[in-house]
Order: sequence, then structure tokens, then C-alpha cells
Amino acid sequence: MSVASPAAADTILEARGIAKSFGQLPVLKGIDLALTAGEVVSIIGPSGSGKSTFIRCMNMLERPDAGEIRFRGRRVGARFADHGAEIGQGTLRRHVGMVFQHFNLFPHRTVLQNVTEGPTVVLGQSQKEAEAVAMDYLAQVGLADKRDAWPAQLSGGQKQRVAIARALAMQPDALLLDEVTSALDPELVGEVLGVVRRLADQGMTMAIVTHEISFAAEVSDRVVFMEGGVIAAEGSPQEICREPRHERLKAFLARFNA
Amino acid sequence: MYSWSFFPIFQASDLFLWGLWVTVVYTFGSIVLGLVLGLALCFCRLSGNRALDWVAQGFQELFRCTPLLVQLLWFYYALPLLLGIDIDNHVAAMATLSLYAAAFYAEIFRGGILSIAKGQSEAGAAIGMSKAQIMRRIVLPQASRRMLPAFINQSVIQFKNTSLISVISVADLAYMASVVNGQTYRPLESYTAVAVLYFVILFPLTRLADYIERRLRVSE
Repeated sequence: MSVASPAAADTILEARGIAKSFGQLPVLKGIDLALTAGEVVSIIGPSGSGKSTFIRCMNMLERPDAGEIRFRGRRVGARFADHGAEIGQGTLRRHVGMVFQHFNLFPHRTVLQNVTEGPTVVLGQSQKEAEAVAMDYLAQVGLADKRDAWPAQLSGGQKQRVAIARALAMQPDALLLDEVTSALDPELVGEVLGVVRRLADQGMTMAIVTHEISFAAEVSDRVVFMEGGVIAAEGSPQEICREPRHERLKAFLARFNA
Repeated sequence: MYSWSFFPIFQASDLFLWGLWVTVVYTFGSIVLGLVLGLALCFCRLSGNRALDWVAQGFQELFRCTPLLVQLLWFYYALPLLLGIDIDNHVAAMATLSLYAAAFYAEIFRGGILSIAKGQSEAGAAIGMSKAQIMRRIVLPQASRRMLPAFINQSVIQFKNTSLISVISVADLAYMASVVNGQTYRPLESYTAVAVLYFVILFPLTRLADYIERRLRVSE
């Protein structure tokens, strides 16, 4: 694979040479990763390895110090709007959704309003149109009956499923999931993973930062092991999760099998 | 033993009502202008632009660290000398009250906005919202609920502070107390009546602020 070659036609999102420091502390030291249409890539690794920072760079919530993000082959610029050959961050985020560890639902909006916010305000859909789409996605995540509830009335698992519906309502080309089960009580993890698994089955393009190793092995086409701000190993779930050869990866996985 | 007589005061009730009206107009006028300017100041402070931040902060400190009475006298008696033009006392009063209010409201806005978790802005950004949309639709609606008690308290103070404009001869409620006193020679009744009027209007507002604060504490 030659890094310099233009992205393949079906590459949706690509990171090239992403580097980022927080003050004196280098967190990312040059990361390359491409997401092909329909592909599910899981990013695993120890805490502090830069996984979350990296996935946040992929939709520019975190500005990389060096390197670039490309969406469908076009470089993403520093502005909100498209500018010349570069596409804007607003455009990128309209097409690439994100789900957060702490849900970040809008507490002053009902469940339905959380999901229609993006389509009405950003995509300019009518209220009626947006509500119809939103109800489809709420049904998909099993929460159609909660449409008029407030976020504060939901369990963590329900909140996260609403957050996924909110991202899906934008009808994104790809989803970025940042440790979406890490803030959940253990008994609520399953319902959220179930929704993600179904999205994978439907062919949604996803990058998933997760600590759920067996889940990653099950749904992913490719698993990336990050450590110390670099990609230390990368391959099929079989190569990375079941037959790891990289020493640090072995040590990392051993902690989960204990 | 002092013999109270409110009868002359009742006879002057037109003056009190007019004074009260003037006080209400100056209070609400300066609250509205103060809110607009305060919001602008707050955005300057949060803009990330050093120069804007510095100018806005300088303005705020100037008005927060000098007495309103001195500001009123300065705008009415001193500024005209600098500019070489007359400034009408009503204009000076409204301008000073508004600028003073803006300095305090800006700080309430700033605190309210900064209290909204970063994740809220990020969630808005992640669905493609612009900074302005995030501010208007996500941050401000949540922040304004939290700011409400502080906003009411500051406005109560503003209502009382308006009494200071009587020193530059704006005929507000406090000014009318002096007028009525001059006509009736009954300072005790005149000033008591005015104090009662202020209290009757502001007491419910402070109760309201307390009530909202308690409810917010429960809902968050």
C-alpha cells in the first residue's frame, strides 16, 4: 500500500499522518487510517494510548497539529464552510456522525427533539419530515415509545441508544463511536452493543474505539491496536485478537482474558 | 410623641405614581440595553480574541469598581466638558445605568455559558451545527435557565440603584419623595411611603428568585 497514492474511490474517511500534542505531551505521533465504505474498524489499546483523541481528530473535534483528514478524497480545511478545494468541517460533520462516551444528549430537548435537531437545523428538513425519519430511527433502537421523554428520565443504555439515533438521523456516510459503552452499568452494555452490531450488519461504515475486545473481534473487519500514540499493530480480528504476535498487544489482551 | 399623618401624602399620590413610572421606565430600559450590551461584552470575553477580551474586561472592571453615583455625576457633569457638548440629564441617566448594568450582566452571562459542559457544544458540532447555532440553540437555552436567579437578583439591585438618578434631577420615585417632603414638611411619611413602595415591588421578585433557584437545584 503506498501512502501517497490518491484514496481509492470507495474510501470514505481517511487520516494521514495525524499528530497531536497537548502542551508538551505528544499524544498522537503520526497515524494513518482509512475507512472504506461498509467497513467496520475497531481501535483498541490501553488508556492514554491516544485512541479517543485520534477518533476525535477524524471529525475535527480535535484539531491535529500535523497531518490531514480527507473525506471522500477531499482534504478537510480549518474552516466551517467549504473553501476552494477543501471541504469545511461543517460539511465533514454533516456526513460523519459521532457518538460519545457520555451520550451528550441535549437535556432541554425531548428524545424526539434531540433526534430532529440536526435534520431540521443543519439539513433544513421540515419538522414533519424530520419527525418521520426520527421515528424510524428511534424504532430501530427500540425507543419509539420514549419519543416525548426527557433525557433525564432515561437509563444510560437508553440515552446512548437515543444518541445513536440522533447520529443516524443525519443519514451519515460513516459513524465514529468513542467508547460508547464505557459509561454504562454492565447490565446495560448489551443493549447498546446490540444496536451497533445491527448497524454493522446493515453495512454502516464505522470506526469504533472500544474496550470490548470480544465485541470488536466479532463485528470488525479490521482491528487496530494503538499504543503510545502510534498504531502498533493492525490486521483482521483473527490476527489481532485471537492470534496476537506483537508482544505489547499480547500483554494488553492478557488483561482482558484474566 | 410624633403624630403620623399620611393624608398629605395621599394627596400627593399623583407625584408618587409618576415617580414610580419613571423609575420603572429607567429600570426596564437600562435592563434591556444592559442585557444587549452585556451579551456583546460576554461574547467579546469568550471570543478567544485577546484584544476584544482585554477591551471588554477593561470596560467591565471600570464600571464594577467605581460607584454608580460617581459614574452618574461624571457622565452628567464631567463628560460634557470633555466632549464640549451638553448631555441631557435623562440621556446621561439612562446611558450610565445601562453601561453599569451591562458590566454586571456580562459576568452573569459568562458564568452561565461557561457552566454548560463542553460535551454539549461537541454534540452540536458533531451533527454539523455552526458555532452560532450551537450558542443559540444548545448553550444559551440551558445557560439562561441557570442564569435566571442571578439575573433577577441583579435586576432587583438595578431597580434600587435607579434611585441614584435623582441626584441629577431625573424625577424618579426617590426624587418625588424629596418633592413631596418639600411641599408637606413631612419627611417621615414621605420617605416611609417611598420605602414601602420599593419594598412592595421588590419583595415578590426576591422570593421568585429564591423559588426558581430551589426548583433548578431539584431538576439538575
